[in-house]
Amino acid sequence: MPSKLVDKYFRTDSLPHIWCPGCGNGIVTRAIVKAIDNLNLNQEDVCIVSGIGCSSRASGYLDFNTIHTTHGRALAFATGIKFANPNLHVIVITGDGDCAAIGGNHLIHAARRNIDLTTIVFNNNIYGMTGGQYSPTTPTGDKGTTAPYGNIDANFDLCELAKASGATYVSRSTVYGANMIIKQVEEGIKNKGFSFIETITICPTYYGRKNKKGDAVDMMNYLKENTVNKIAYEKLSEEKRKDKIIVGEIYKGQRPEYVEEYEKIIESF
Amino acid sequence: MMRQELRLSGSGGQGLILAGIILAEAALHDGKNVVQSQSYGPEARGGASKAEVIISDEIINYPKVNKCDILLCLTKKAYDKYIDSLKPGGMLILDSTVTDRPERDDIKIYSIPILETASKEIGKPMVANIIALGSIYELTKIVNKESLEKAVLNRVPQGTEELNKKALEEGFNLILKHEESTYGEVC
Amino acid sequence: MAEKIVKLMQGNEACVEGAIAAGMRFYAGYPITPSTEIAELSAEKLPRIGGKFIQMEDEIASISAIIGASLTGKKSMTATSGPGFSLKQEGIGYAVAAEVPCVIVNVQRGGPSTGLPTSPAQGDIMQARWGTHGDHSIIALYPSTVREIYDTTIKAFNLSEKYRTPVILLMDEVIGHMREKIEIPDPDEIKIINRKKPNVKPDEYLPYKIEENDMIPAMANFGEGYRYHVTGLIHDETGFPTSNHRIAENLVNRLVNKIKDNADDIVEYEEYLMEDAEQIIVAYGATARSAKSAINQLREEGVKIGLFRPITIWPMAEKQLKIIAKKVNRITVVEMNMGQYFNEVDRVAGKYTKVDKYSRVHGELITPEEIVSFIKEG
Repeated sequence: MPSKLVDKYFRTDSLPHIWCPGCGNGIVTRAIVKAIDNLNLNQEDVCIVSGIGCSSRASGYLDFNTIHTTHGRALAFATGIKFANPNLHVIVITGDGDCAAIGGNHLIHAARRNIDLTTIVFNNNIYGMTGGQYSPTTPTGDKGTTAPYGNIDANFDLCELAKASGATYVSRSTVYGANMIIKQVEEGIKNKGFSFIETITICPTYYGRKNKKGDAVDMMNYLKENTVNKIAYEKLSEEKRKDKIIVGEIYKGQRPEYVEEYEKIIESF
Repeated sequence: MMRQELRLSGSGGQGLILAGIILAEAALHDGKNVVQSQSYGPEARGGASKAEVIISDEIINYPKVNKCDILLCLTKKAYDKYIDSLKPGGMLILDSTVTDRPERDDIKIYSIPILETASKEIGKPMVANIIALGSIYELTKIVNKESLEKAVLNRVPQGTEELNKKALEEGFNLILKHEESTYGEVC
Repeated sequence: MAEKIVKLMQGNEACVEGAIAAGMRFYAGYPITPSTEIAELSAEKLPRIGGKFIQMEDEIASISAIIGASLTGKKSMTATSGPGFSLKQEGIGYAVAAEVPCVIVNVQRGGPSTGLPTSPAQGDIMQARWGTHGDHSIIALYPSTVREIYDTTIKAFNLSEKYRTPVILLMDEVIGHMREKIEIPDPDEIKIINRKKPNVKPDEYLPYKIEENDMIPAMANFGEGYRYHVTGLIHDETGFPTSNHRIAENLVNRLVNKIKDNADDIVEYEEYLMEDAEQIIVAYGATARSAKSAINQLREEGVKIGLFRPITIWPMAEKQLKIIAKKVNRITVVEMNMGQYFNEVDRVAGKYTKVDKYSRVHGELITPEEIVSFIKEG
């Protein structure tokens, strides 16, 4: 029996999902609908936009206005949807490859415009759909099928990227702390502007296996043990900060929102 | 009226495309068929710029000007580039700063102080294009005077109507008040 | 009836005016010569009528944004030129697969690559047809005068709404930048077609279900209470992805056939002095204007020649060309590319008559004189 939440917000006909056993994507997807439920949003008024990749399959499982777009372009499609119909709450589901590699340019420009979109990045540090290639968030030195001798690329700090580009709500959470994801998605939706939520998820099938991180439980334990809140992090010594995943609200600011600014131009005539 | 082809040339920023549009609109007011086109290089200012206007009673199919009937050159660079495009029997209108003359006797040449009048008489170099239109009108009568005046006022920026009216008048006068001492050459 | 507005208008401007008359209320674009005036004028005009303009970060973002906007019910357009058209192919394919109406304008310039930015060309004829991957149909229109740009832009929107497909409006630098007389039609004279809306309740709505004798599914807009899924993956009538081979084949067939089988409704062309013609020229866009001038000259010299000018480039007027080919002894395709449409005309007409090509890729409009001498050479 599916839970009430699943029953109401998931297209149960389209389940089971394609994600592997142990994948963290289901946790994030549930957290998103929980946040929508907590905010009491009308399903008709919510639009979920996703790109291409494992995470982006989530849009098909959810019972809202949903669109599974092309690789990297979710934010560009979402910009068109939000700008054309500002009444919709537009939520973008994307992955680290989708959002930071092929869609990196769209990310920085959506953030620059501070357009009222809520973007949730399922960051699993790998290209899962295509079988384990390194992504812009694969830590330097880690392995992927296209980095058999270790990744020599520097990895992005996505939250810093979003913040520097102009997002007005930036936060990070992990699939070990589902409640934190829920809270952050709520905050992101409430923020009138570009909200960026990075959720560290786990891919035991590819990232975990390639890098000897153990099974899903081991990977969850790793998240549990290495996660530290931003406030606590500030108090840590340099030595203890190493390899820590900083979670919580990274940045909150206020800037004019794109669609509202344009509406002012329309109203001036 | 047979197909008449004009080429207005000079440097980018001299307002020749606007002049072409105004002339085309004047012809439109006269009930003619008209096509205006332009070509430009990558430079926004400077370089060689030209605007072309075709005026005809008949339908205009081929929309480009290759050999023209009337050629205006405001700069030497434009003169060098386009002088060979003037048809036999055509009319060459040169700004007086262009001192070269083609070695051909099958055209009429007019040398007119357009740029000098713009900066000295009016005090605004930017109205040279409108002065040129005034002179072209007096030399060719290719459009009706009222149509030209209407088209100028319709296209120039708001607040510059009087200035441009005056410029147009100066353009007429450059031809009207001139004593034609040498055949085919004004000034 | 109000007095007709007659004015001098640039081709690119007529495109914007036509688009607005057709109901365009959303434009996303990226500047590129020689199409930029379309973006500039849309930026100026749209907010005045409650529409939206956005300059996106690139061409791919632009077409993605218009697809998104169209899904909310706004008639949407983007405009570009060769290099940007290459980038838009991804989105064009998506709009084909997901059946999202939108209009893509390509004011062609010299290519390949950055090419000749300020010079005309017609080198994107085949890219319009096959630029995006996979089997599909496309509608591409190509006007030839400023007034026709206005009308054809309206037609582009109408066809995109009617057939739920991206429609490509091809232009070239010559017609995009030239100004000529245009008589703006009375709004009452303009026929507007809107997408077919579902006539079932939201819980009964199957977004890609077709009715008998109609290959176009009804389209609900996001935000109107019909919650459904849109994807570029092969999908069934529910809109959800499937890898069922039978469904995949049916979908691709339907996407192709909904255009192909309606060619009679979509195809538009002009015939000029064709009645007694012993030979004809096939030309489109600015080149067709040169061809008309050439035909007028040749007629004066007694040459019985006419023009067949496709306004609908894709789907091709195959039926008409076949009939003509059986009547004339020569068809000359004149175009500013290396023979892209010639190959197609030859495929259709080559078995019935001699098909020649006159092609130039030098960045200048082919002149009537060139055409006259080519025709005379025989």
